[in-house]
Amino acid sequence: MKSVKQLISSVWRALFGDTMRAFAIVSVILMLTLAIAPAKDHFSQWHRYQNGYLSMISDRGDAISLRRRFEPGIQQIWHPEIGVVDRCETCHEGLKEASLADVTTQPFRKHPVIPHPLDRYGCTICHRGQGPATTVEEAHDSKLAGVDPILPARYIESGCGQCHQNALTGTPQLNLGRQYLAQYGCVNCHMVKTPDGTVMKATDNPPSLEHIADKTTRDWIFTWLKNPQAYAASATMPNYKLSDADASDLSAFLISSSKPQAGDVDATIIPAAKNADPSAGASLYGESFCATCHAVQNAAGNLVGGDVGPELTRVGNKVKPAWLQAWIENPRVYDEHTLMPHYRFTPQQVAMLTGYLMSKSDSDYSTDAHLGTATPAQIAHGRKLVVELGCAACHTINGVKKPDNFAPDLSQIGSKPLAQLIFLPGMKQTLPTYIASKIKDPGSFGPAMKMPQVPVTDAQREALTTALLSLSDRSQTMPDKLRIAGFHQTTYEPAGHAGKLMADLACMSCHRINGHGSDMAPDLSYEGSAVQAQWLDSFLKNPNTLRPALTRRMPRFNLSDADRKTLTDYIMVAYQSPAIDPDKAPPAVNPPALVEQGRQLFYSKYACQSCHTANTNTDKGYIGPVLAQVGTRLQPAWIYAWLKNPQALRPGTIEPNQNISDEDARAMTAFLMTLKSAGKQEGKQ
Amino acid sequence: MTRRPVACAVLLLTTIGTGCKHASTSASTLKPTATGVAIVVSSGDKQTAPTGSVLTNPLVVQVNDDQGNSVTGALVEFHGPAGVLFDPAAVLTDSSGQATTAVRLGTIGGLYEVTATTPGKAHPVTLQIAETALGYQQQLGSILQDKYCSRCHNPESSAAQVSNYDNLAVKPHAFNDGQTLNKMSNADLLSIIQHGGPALNRSALMPPYGNTLSPTDVQAIIAYIRVMADPPYRPAGTVYEQK
Ligand code: HEC
Repeated sequence: MKSVKQLISSVWRALFGDTMRAFAIVSVILMLTLAIAPAKDHFSQWHRYQNGYLSMISDRGDAISLRRRFEPGIQQIWHPEIGVVDRCETCHEGLKEASLADVTTQPFRKHPVIPHPLDRYGCTICHRGQGPATTVEEAHDSKLAGVDPILPARYIESGCGQCHQNALTGTPQLNLGRQYLAQYGCVNCHMVKTPDGTVMKATDNPPSLEHIADKTTRDWIFTWLKNPQAYAASATMPNYKLSDADASDLSAFLISSSKPQAGDVDATIIPAAKNADPSAGASLYGESFCATCHAVQNAAGNLVGGDVGPELTRVGNKVKPAWLQAWIENPRVYDEHTLMPHYRFTPQQVAMLTGYLMSKSDSDYSTDAHLGTATPAQIAHGRKLVVELGCAACHTINGVKKPDNFAPDLSQIGSKPLAQLIFLPGMKQTLPTYIASKIKDPGSFGPAMKMPQVPVTDAQREALTTALLSLSDRSQTMPDKLRIAGFHQTTYEPAGHAGKLMADLACMSCHRINGHGSDMAPDLSYEGSAVQAQWLDSFLKNPNTLRPALTRRMPRFNLSDADRKTLTDYIMVAYQSPAIDPDKAPPAVNPPALVEQGRQLFYSKYACQSCHTANTNTDKGYIGPVLAQVGTRLQPAWIYAWLKNPQALRPGTIEPNQNISDEDARAMTAFLMTLKSAGKQEGKQ
Repeated sequence: MTRRPVACAVLLLTTIGTGCKHASTSASTLKPTATGVAIVVSSGDKQTAPTGSVLTNPLVVQVNDDQGNSVTGALVEFHGPAGVLFDPAAVLTDSSGQATTAVRLGTIGGLYEVTATTPGKAHPVTLQIAETALGYQQQLGSILQDKYCSRCHNPESSAAQVSNYDNLAVKPHAFNDGQTLNKMSNADLLSIIQHGGPALNRSALMPPYGNTLSPTDVQAIIAYIRVMADPPYRPAGTVYEQK
């Protein structure tokens, strides 16, 4: 005890025995304390990376300039209004160095080219991860914070989607993902309110089941419910993996709740349909361009045709002939809002098409479930299932209300805190993994999960996940000035008698007018400024194709003369471009010298024949419309304006703007106006 | 003074193959029942996909014996540069002698050389397969050229896109024709795309796009042309003098 005391006092005396000594010691301690912070920096991870960077650039040709731009210490990008505090550049020193594009060792590689300067929005806004962190693990894996690890590269487009509500050319995956949310009907059950305040609408057009018994049988419904994709591989209806008993009860309820469609079927056509020659129906199917919207599987197993309407490979196994015939005659009787046009087929044509489509059946696809008549207990249980599974969220069903908010709101799913998610054992604990797994196999999250398995491929699932990740908190709170609005359909409807006719013909299932409609066929908003009335009338009578290379074509409707006139008059008056002044139109007939000058320009200076055919004997251009009769089709004012600036009249057209002078444009307009159809020229003589 | 070529990305991507990660299946759990002496590509090579994504079609290779007949039950291991994932990374050949794997590309745009190796009788046999990953800019270029250019520049016709190549009096080159396009400088490409064929004293059948596409768009198309080049594009200036 004593010796310890002695020891302490001797050490004390040795250190602080006199003032000088005490002062020196205290100074040393102070210095050491002061050195802790720089030493910590010196031995820190980022400092090692910065040294690594310096030694990597030291043997490069441009070492001097690289070193001049090197900034030591912690680097930070700070943008309070979008919540960005990113120190990534502390280690990723070479991000902005163009000459480091060949470096593959991270963290020194140059950042690939993107549309924004790197400093403007920082890094984490796209890549996620923890911006303020200064260690590799915390920045990338963020074990401590428990949120937002680095986003795998395949979802990177979700970053763009936080500001860009519009479809960018450079973000195909995001665009597809957003499209799938609507197309696979996800938004029928889930609310998705995009950051610009609109609620996403589904585009899958699930059929109404109010009159389902007119259309098909209980046995078919049963077989379909058991596996929709066995009937049509392209079906977007999910497979609910129902037991036989449940599928049987559901079909019982649907048939029993169905009410017969008002209006009777013209029974005289049915025998004719039975006798109709399927090959005649096949060519009518082709001529009517049904394949623009409907697909049929060919012998090789590939789907041929569009996906606007349902696949028709096995339609003969599904529908009742009387229903099909009534539908082809006028689909709007069964479904007022269908996208399908009312073709005005003659009874003979209806019979031919019905016969042809009924022959589209597959003997391997059996719908013989032999369910017989339903018992009241089955029907009651079927109704219970309809309510439980939320069938009415997509389909209109007699006596069952459309459920509101059937599934969770996904408007902010892209930043759902990990703590609120339930991960399966062995699953990587990140948000993208959770979303992708949930889409892939909702059932694996427990038998109580009502969400069905949506029939999407792996690539489609990645696109969907990307779109969902873009719905982040940040996207909702983004300052307005940074937000780029998406395309939203207007509510435009053409007016009057012509408007009714256009609705009946479903023009806007393919064409867009004044911001409403589909973009499958040309926008018609300025059609009245573009074409000549007489041409339009004859085109409606017999639409010959203008672009030989297109597979989608304008169908031919059996329009009466009066209906055609109504449409033509309306289009010519209502759809005028404000950019074209009819009073300043160049003349339709011109002196031969000007025409010749235009011809020269067309063939040599601008080489238009590379894409267009002006003379069917000599030209072969196959990309743009055939111009051999353009003088009878288009108005001179439109041709002139088009030559001057095609994108001003039709945004996004691939016709290059060649910066053509007024003089050249006038001469080529003169030339093009001489290209008339033979019939027209004879008529004049 | 020694001159040291600093390899461009293409080469490095092929040589840092050791860093590859394996997906679940490991070679050790597989029990090969046969060995072959040759390995050939069946399908799935020379594909193009965005960085970080899975190639549209799986990579299929076939193992053959010395008679050229397919071998069933032979081990095939796939390797690639860092970031490339194979599912599975090791597999036994099926009854038609084929080994199939899904390939996820790495996060860097460029040419990826992946390998398929089978143990062989005397020594391992390795096959090199090339795939291309498109970064943001290259992918943008790919989309734009598909819309604006490929109808003339790509001689292949499909139902969705009928080629106009045969109709042109002067034939353009396909954008992967490295033989020709690698010789053109970026400035020349920019000039002919923006101002049309006559800008380089070439045919006016090549239209000008300077008023239709933004400079960013044209740069993106050039980036696409460069990454697709076969043989690969190696810009001048990748050789540095060591200090
Ligand atoms: C109408 C057909 C056509 C279209 C569309 C077209 N080109 Fe061309 N392009 C040509 C022709 C023909 C040539 C050859 C000119 C010559 O060699 O005289 C050419 C040449 C070129 C060349 C020079 C190399 C070569 O192939 O000879 C480049 C580069 C080029 N085009 C890029 C583009 C790009 C980029 C686009 C799309 C934005 C495009 N082209 C669209 C027809 C076209």
